[in-house]
Amino acid sequence: MSSDTKKVLFGPVIDNNPIALQVLGVCSALAVTSSMANALVMTIAVMLVTGFSNLFISLIRNHIPSSVRIIVQMAIIASLVIVVDQVLKAFSYQLSKELSVFIGLIITNCIVMGRAEAFAMKEKPGVSFLDGIGNGLGYGAVLMVVAFFRELFGFGEIFGIEVFKLVQNDGWYQGNGLLVLPFSSFFIIGLIIWAIRQWKPEQVEKD
Amino acid sequence: MEHYLSIFVKTIFIENLALTFFLGMCTFLAVSKKVSTAIGLGVAVVVVLGIAVPVNQIIYQAILAPGALDSVMGITEQKDSIDLSFLSFITFIGVIAALVQILEMILDKYFPALYQALGIFLPLITVNCAIFGAVSFMVAKNLTLGESVVYGIGSGVGWMLAIVLMAAIREKMKYSDVPDGLKGLGITFISAGLMAFGFLSFGGISL
Repeated sequence: MSSDTKKVLFGPVIDNNPIALQVLGVCSALAVTSSMANALVMTIAVMLVTGFSNLFISLIRNHIPSSVRIIVQMAIIASLVIVVDQVLKAFSYQLSKELSVFIGLIITNCIVMGRAEAFAMKEKPGVSFLDGIGNGLGYGAVLMVVAFFRELFGFGEIFGIEVFKLVQNDGWYQGNGLLVLPFSSFFIIGLIIWAIRQWKPEQVEKD
Repeated sequence: MEHYLSIFVKTIFIENLALTFFLGMCTFLAVSKKVSTAIGLGVAVVVVLGIAVPVNQIIYQAILAPGALDSVMGITEQKDSIDLSFLSFITFIGVIAALVQILEMILDKYFPALYQALGIFLPLITVNCAIFGAVSFMVAKNLTLGESVVYGIGSGVGWMLAIVLMAAIREKMKYSDVPDGLKGLGITFISAGLMAFGFLSFGGISL
């Protein structure tokens, strides 16, 4: 893999993370991270939608008049999300119930729109596809880390497999009630951002 | 009347879009640096939600809901019943985009002063997940037309309340000494988390 491809694909994971640096796609990152299984499904869904929407928009970028480009992008993204939603409903109804409106909200997830507008409208299809997948990965990385902490310390489980035996089941671990509540992901993401910026000081915001 | 009032209060405090469902977070975090801009954006969101939720309610119930078109098309057999609900995402986003566009034109023509104030925020609202989320919740909750008007305005007011409070906190935060890595986004996440914690206390109220 050439270094350029690598940069496009893995750059968004740490150096240019969509959630931690670009402030995109925060909504779903907060709400679907109660278990790692949900976070994984959401990651895959967002990765596919971002990748393919970038690919398709880049393919037709020279034919889209700039005055209606938002609508065209929306139509492509919405169709892709409908496909994802229908597939999920057909093969994993329980999960699609749990994720409820958040699958639909991928349409308005700013990562997808943001990358379409900022990258796919200018670049070639191949590299746009990689950029989409890369940003999906960056989003997923944050999601998985948050979900890991919440599920492990909130419920004592990872992917539904018991790691710490809870007091309720005659074990020793008292689940952390704060991490069970959805807003705890605010704190975890805030701390993740702190950690990343401590490691990469060039990301620190000037006031 | 009491029923509508309870929906109104409930959507503002107990089911606050921003702090309970984390919708519209991208704009919530990005545009909350100053109270005056936060108020501008908040008003725009209230207006768009107040129109978009009822309009989408009408469209959903009249066209997209399972069996809605049967009487128009003269279908009596259960097996031929038309179910267009899979088209709902793309319809909703189209309706929201169109509404925002129309609103922009009307404001530009008849209320130029308001247009000047809201102008830059209106296009942003199309991709604000608070609008799309509220519409999706309207479908999930199966609201009637009257309820959806109250729900739309109420959730808009709730979102506005949250962003104005956030902006006020951030204005004061300028005077505090925040660690370098937490400056900007990091500390905003953590204070949003604390705000959500506060709003959680409304959860116990039954209406």
